[in-house]
Formats: sequence, structure tokens, C-alpha cells
Amino acid sequence: MNGYSADEIMTVTAARALRDGMTCFVGIDLPSAAANLARATHAPNLVLIYESGTIGAKPGSLPLSIGDAELAETADTVVSVPEIFNYWLQPGRIDVGFLGAAQIDRFANINTTIIGSDYAEPKVRLPGAGGAPEIAACCREVIVIARQSRRKFVERVDFITSVGFGDGPGSRQYLGLTGAGPQQVITDLGVLEPDPESCELVLTRVYPGVSAAEVREQTGWDLRVAADLGEIEPPSPAELAVLRGLLATMPEGDS
Amino acid sequence: MAAIVSLSEAISAAVHDGDTLAMEGFTHLIPAAAAREVVRQRRRDLTLVRMTPDVIYDQMIGAGCARKLVFSWGGNPGVGSLHRFRDAVEHSWPRPLQIEEHSHAGMANRYVAGASGLPFAVLRGYNGTGLAGKANIAEIVCPFTGERLAAVAALRPDVTVIHAQQADRAGNVQYWGITGVQKEAVLAATRSVVTVEEIVDVLEPRPGAVLLPTWALGYVALAPGGSHPSYALGYSIRDNEFYVAWDAISRDRDAFGRWLDEHIYGGAGEA
Repeated sequence: MNGYSADEIMTVTAARALRDGMTCFVGIDLPSAAANLARATHAPNLVLIYESGTIGAKPGSLPLSIGDAELAETADTVVSVPEIFNYWLQPGRIDVGFLGAAQIDRFANINTTIIGSDYAEPKVRLPGAGGAPEIAACCREVIVIARQSRRKFVERVDFITSVGFGDGPGSRQYLGLTGAGPQQVITDLGVLEPDPESCELVLTRVYPGVSAAEVREQTGWDLRVAADLGEIEPPSPAELAVLRGLLATMPEGDS
Repeated sequence: MAAIVSLSEAISAAVHDGDTLAMEGFTHLIPAAAAREVVRQRRRDLTLVRMTPDVIYDQMIGAGCARKLVFSWGGNPGVGSLHRFRDAVEHSWPRPLQIEEHSHAGMANRYVAGASGLPFAVLRGYNGTGLAGKANIAEIVCPFTGERLAAVAALRPDVTVIHAQQADRAGNVQYWGITGVQKEAVLAATRSVVTVEEIVDVLEPRPGAVLLPTWALGYVALAPGGSHPSYALGYSIRDNEFYVAWDAISRDRDAFGRWLDEHIYGGAGEA
């Protein structure tokens, strides 16, 4: 690409979505890189919370696991696993949660459980839920990060591990899900956002050089495109320098 | 009072064929030496319970110790798949593996209920997901507000095994850093084994530490480095390279078999 990789522009786009002072439930990999990039640039007071119970972690290097020692050693406090979920996540104290997806559908429902139509005999057994269902239910908002392809962006997920907007308008309220649900889906082509009325994911922004037709081609449903489709600013040299510096601190062997 | 014994004696006394066995430690303090000892002693028909099965349950599943797995996230953290787990679920190798899956919050609350002596716990979760209504997850209506919430059945393992930094000579145990769900898992279980990095004369109080009194524990065993490839804060660092290397070892049945022969069955033991 133009001096930056797909991972880099995804990470930068995710980092820009975080505002200073927010509390952020962070997963490993891209979300962790994005949150730490934000903290190192425009959001120095971002509160990083990892599901291992580390609240206010300030790692100097990017962790390889959500339970790395540096997260515990730099945290404001370390709480137990029941406490992180029951006292901190469940009541809606956390502003934004990041989720990944093996599959995501038109209504931003997420599958990380199985590929295939038969739960008992899956074609592919995926890792499963982890903290995702409650992050999706209880964070004030959710940002999904996933590479875009027809296999991943499907009309209906094979299994709903984490609820986005269920069957559409009113589903979250009916189900008693307290957070606002996924507000951005950041892919390697651009950003999808839910339509405020239909709850359906709509392409709202693309990366430089990416066309709406290309994104539609990589989507397994008839993807709507916003009338005022925007273009995302490429990563600035400063953003790239900080991000590459962070990634260089990652322990050996990251995939 | 906890009995201070060798690791092999502790596993032999506390873990029996057919048991429901929980081994906890959330990324940190994973009781890996104890897991390898269970494989070495060739326990069978275990129901393995653990939030994140990690490489230790991948090893036990691949070695044929398990008939069932109860879990909430079955991946190799930071790396990818647990291939022995996947092979068991997708191809029933080396034997069929029943699975019962939950979310992290669900599992954590199941331990809390077990530790509290209650039949179930309540949480806001699962509504609208494919997990709702599966085993040990049910909908419940709040008798005060009418809100629809999730009830999850208590976990009551026959035996829970954890790893800690220190015990004293009376068998009191202390651990610190990321403390996970180990306290709840131990208190929910009928029997317990704690392996420790070190046995000291006096346990010094530490910020954020959990102390489990000797009278609440079954067996304590010295196992320095016993959480490898995980880590024990203050004693060891996470062996990230092992987690990466495990991907190749576990991907192939023969490579895994050779690993078992070399490191478990042919090895000198843990201590």
C-alpha cells in the first residue's frame, strides 16, 4: 500500500476512535495496539482494562497475553476475575470494548464459536466466547475489528456468540442489553456503522484508494453505502512512528 | 490442616479417574506441573473444568485424560488454536470429547456460586446468544424487578488444583499479581491441591495478595517453576516462545506423541 500496511491503518483508525479519559476494555493483538497507540498519542488518560483484572494498566511494551506481568505491575489495581466482570463490566462502568469476529452479520452479531450449521459437529471449532458476550452486552459502546471478506461478513452468522443488534431495531432493548452495541466495525477496507433506524451495518468510510464497490464485493450481503461516504485520513508519519515503536517492543513470536 | 507432600503424592491422593477436575490460574500461575503430573499418572475419564483450557488442557485432552471439557475460551493465547482440543472436538481423537461452554463471566459466577454454597448465580448476560439455554445456563426472572437475567449452575469440582507463589510450613498459601478465579475455584471444590514456588518460614503480607488458610486446603506441594510456560510474578516470566512452539507440536498427532514420550512418560518427573 502507500507506505503503511492494512494492519497499521486499521490500528490507527481504531486508536482515533478512542477519546482521552475513556475507560476501555482491551483484547489482545490489534485492539491492544490501538489502545496503547491512543494512550501514547492523543489520549494519555485512557484507562486500559484487561479481562485478567488489571485496571489502569500502563504497559511500556505491547503485551502478548492479556495477563502479562507488566499489566499487573503497572495497573492502578488488580482485581479478581469475578470482580472485573461483576463489578466493573456488568454495571456499565466501561465506555468502550473491543471485539474481534470470525464471522459478523448484517446486524453486527458476532460469531467466535463454530463454523458450520451443526453445533455438535462443527466444520471448525473456534475458541469460543471468552469475555465477549458480556462486553457486547454491557460496555457503553463496542468497536469491532475484523478483516473484510465474504466468508467473514455474512448474511447470518452460524452461531451468535455476542449480540450486536439481534434481529434489528428493538432487539437490544427486548433482550435487556444495556450498552449501545457495536458503533463501528473497522475493517481492512474501511469502516461500517449501524444505521440509526434499521440497525443494519452501512459502509460510511473507506481508506484512501478503496472503492465502495470493492467493499461490497467483500461483503456477503447487499451492503448499503452511505450517501456521504467519507475517506479516512491515512496514518500520519507521527502515528506510524509511535505504532511501529510499540510493535517493536512486542515479545518474540507474535503471529 | 493442609498436608505438605510431594506433587506426585498430592495428585495421586486427590485426583481420581472420573473426577471433575478444575485447574485455574488466569494466564498467570497456571498449574502446569500439576497438569503434567496428571498426564503422567494416566488419569482417565476426567471432566476438565477451566475458563481458558490453555496448553495444559490441550496436553491432557491429547493424552486421553478427558471425557468432557467445561470452558469459556479455548485458544492458545496470542498464538491461535489449541490443536489437540480441536482434533478432539472435530475428529474425536484420541477419544470423543463432550464440551460444555460458557462465557468468562458465566464461568466466574459459577465458581462464585460454588464457593458460596449456593445452587446458582445470577448475571446479566447470554440473552440473545446461542449459548443461552445450553447446559447449566437458564433464564430467570428477578422476583423484585421482573428483569430477565441469566442463572448459571454452581460449579462444584471434586478437586481444584492451583499454583501459588508461597506457602508457609503450616500450609497457609499466599499468591499475588493477577489473582484470577483461584480462590473461588478452591472454595467451590471438595478437595484441593496447591503447588507453590517456595515454602517459607513466614508469609510476608503483600498488596493485593490472596491468602488461603491451611485449614481450607487439602494438599500443598512444592513445585518450583510449576507454572511454566505461564509465569509466577516475582519468580518467573512467561515463556512466550513455548506458546508459539506449542502450535507446531500440537498441530500434528505424531509430533504431539513424541512430545508426550519425551517430556512426560519418559521424563524424570516434576520435582
